Amino acid sequence: MADSGGPDPEVFRAEARTWLEANFPPSLKGKGGMMYIEDASPNAPDIKAWTDAMGEKGWGVPTWPKAYGGGGLSAAEARILQQEMNRLGAWNPIGGMGTMMFGPTLLEYGNEDQKQKHIRAIARQEVRWCQGFSEPGAGSDLASLSTKAEDKGDHFLVNGSKIWTSGGQWADMCFCLVRTDTSKKHEGISFLLIDMHDPGVEVRPIQLIAGASPFCETFFTDVKVPKENLVGPLNGGWTIAKRLLQHERSGIGGGGSGGGGGGMFGVGGSPATLAKTYIGTDEDGRIADTDIRSRVVAHEMDAKAFQLTAFRMMAESRSNQGPSTATSVLKNAGTKVGQDRAELIIEVMGSQGLGWEGDAFKPDELSSVRGWLGGKATTIFGGSFEIQNNIISKRILGLPDPLGSSSN
Amino acid sequence: MAVLTEEQSMLRDAARTWTQEKSPVSAFRKMRDSGAPLGYDPAAFNEMAEMGWTGVIIPEEYGGSDFGYLSLGLVLEELGRTLTASPLLATALATASALILGGSTAQKEAWLPKIAAGEAVGALAVDEGPHHNPEKVAVTAAKSGAGYTLSGAKTFVLEGMAAAVFVVSARTSGATGDKDGITLFLVPADAKGVSRKALKLADSRGAAVVTFDNVALGADAVLGEVDKGYPLLEKVLDRARAGLAAEMLGSASQAFDTTLDYLKTRVQFGQVIGSFQALQHRAAKMFTDLELARSCVEAALAAIDNDSPDVPELVSLAKAKVGDTLHLVSNEMVQMHGGIGMTDAHDAGFYLKRARAAEATFGGQSYHRDRYARINGY
Repeated sequence: MADSGGPDPEVFRAEARTWLEANFPPSLKGKGGMMYIEDASPNAPDIKAWTDAMGEKGWGVPTWPKAYGGGGLSAAEARILQQEMNRLGAWNPIGGMGTMMFGPTLLEYGNEDQKQKHIRAIARQEVRWCQGFSEPGAGSDLASLSTKAEDKGDHFLVNGSKIWTSGGQWADMCFCLVRTDTSKKHEGISFLLIDMHDPGVEVRPIQLIAGASPFCETFFTDVKVPKENLVGPLNGGWTIAKRLLQHERSGIGGGGSGGGGGGMFGVGGSPATLAKTYIGTDEDGRIADTDIRSRVVAHEMDAKAFQLTAFRMMAESRSNQGPSTATSVLKNAGTKVGQDRAELIIEVMGSQGLGWEGDAFKPDELSSVRGWLGGKATTIFGGSFEIQNNIISKRILGLPDPLGSSSN
Repeated sequence: MAVLTEEQSMLRDAARTWTQEKSPVSAFRKMRDSGAPLGYDPAAFNEMAEMGWTGVIIPEEYGGSDFGYLSLGLVLEELGRTLTASPLLATALATASALILGGSTAQKEAWLPKIAAGEAVGALAVDEGPHHNPEKVAVTAAKSGAGYTLSGAKTFVLEGMAAAVFVVSARTSGATGDKDGITLFLVPADAKGVSRKALKLADSRGAAVVTFDNVALGADAVLGEVDKGYPLLEKVLDRARAGLAAEMLGSASQAFDTTLDYLKTRVQFGQVIGSFQALQHRAAKMFTDLELARSCVEAALAAIDNDSPDVPELVSLAKAKVGDTLHLVSNEMVQMHGGIGMTDAHDAGFYLKRARAAEATFGGQSYHRDRYARINGY
């Protein structure tokens, strides 16, 4: 893939180990979750030092090209790096939408100037990105979006509003879908990069069923955007958007994230282990509630089947580049497993699994409740469960649209 | 599809070509209509043997190609696609595994070359009731001089009518239900006191009740260790289950493909019915389930080839997941075909009947879910 550290993987392993031991602040060991606490953390100086070191090295995005600030590692080397980080309790401080979705897409579709300008800044966590796709009137039918970008000669003038702009309140930049031609649906959409600090941009956080959330509403009123911020051709944004959504889906399904505690491997342990603790076992060591036991094992087998499928698709796609349409299968399978897990965990915990706050509940119990609620979003965002099934039906199985309708 | 070697791809392609040309579902229909006494077409099985499929897992010194379980699974998957009836699973996988894992040199020399050549069919005689339960062994092998006397009956013995030799689980000590005290025996079908009766099942495949009436066996009939046969039996059964899961994956894949074709051609309300979302999303679920089941089946077969410690867990996962998937797809095949799917003239009924028989064989979904939980300590 790129500049390998040598033919012997153990040479790279030694190099990675030495560097990590020299640069990872021991105070941050196992505190990967802290990075979301922003500046309130007492570890803030260490977090900054660690972020800067990883950013400089390019190892936050280990397989991106070195020429744009990535690590330039092969997939095998990236795995070794991860193993060495796990060994130390180190975690990747470089994250967010820039690394997961926008970066890979820009590497594929951006021009040289755009890549030079943005990729390195993402690799160093200098610029935080948010996604401006969904609108109040354009959810599952994303291509019906109406936020307008008018050509004013030397700039675009943007007006409209976006919703579910995750991290919008902290973001510096937004990758945004805008309408540049009202006479066509999919072919009238462009992919535009908007500075969130520009005049006319207003962000309001949204409270969700799980409590405070990173989701926001974003309003654009006469925002001037330079022409050079157009990615790909004018009215050619839909193709780029679809590619970006594939990256998003592989991220959501692949991690099996149920939105925190509801994630496949989230806090609180497995439903089987929890059931033995909260419900107890019979004389043969089986979960005493036979109905719950049969649902727990069915779920554990679903989770294993999903994990094996993710491994299989990784192995199969190593010769190809990037995610395939099969990511739709993984997204639905993965989010279902995550949600089933979250539901089982709170059921197994009984009333202890319904605490909202207070010291009557253990931290794992409280986070399981929030995770269960937060995880409901996973089958809605990134293309809902139903939209994924449309994609499987049409793009993979080749089934036609009903008469008189059109979709993506 | 797993990442295959070139040889594996060639084997799969050969199996696909042969089944499509020589053994389409119409061949199964012909076999059923003819009332073939063995539940398969011996001429077709001879062709399989000539292509070397009966020797895929057998070591080269005994006439096989020592090519592994994943490879044999590829063949079984293709056979499952067209519902090809054959004793390949019972003899070349299950019985061959028993001999390879537990047989003495003399036993291997006596049977493996014949099995590899397709000259002799072997069969597992392990179940004694309508639910798979390999610990529940009431057939007895009483010590008698230097040897044993075998008494009792086994049922739902796959390819029991064709078998020249049976691998029989019998109790040499302990009580029915104990894992200890079970011993495996190699029993030639022509031994005095062995009788069999065909069981006509809905799937038209070969199954039999085999009765052992004071069958005299020498000490050399013991396969593996006396009283300690259960762990060996589990290993043999896990290999048979994984092979059957591969066949079931093929059946489910084809049942889905045939149904998908129908969704794209059947016109109602002026459009193909596959344009209706109510059917599209069910098709998408089936496709998703098939992908998940395939991962499990391939992982189980690969684990056997690697002699990995998680074989039992992965095999139970595979058998249960592919069982659920085949169950769903075979039902949807009938439902989505509508009236035509209810007729005997259509293939859908064959897939439905075979699905249930295969699900029950070597443990259904509930058996393997319970086993998976026990293996994982809950």
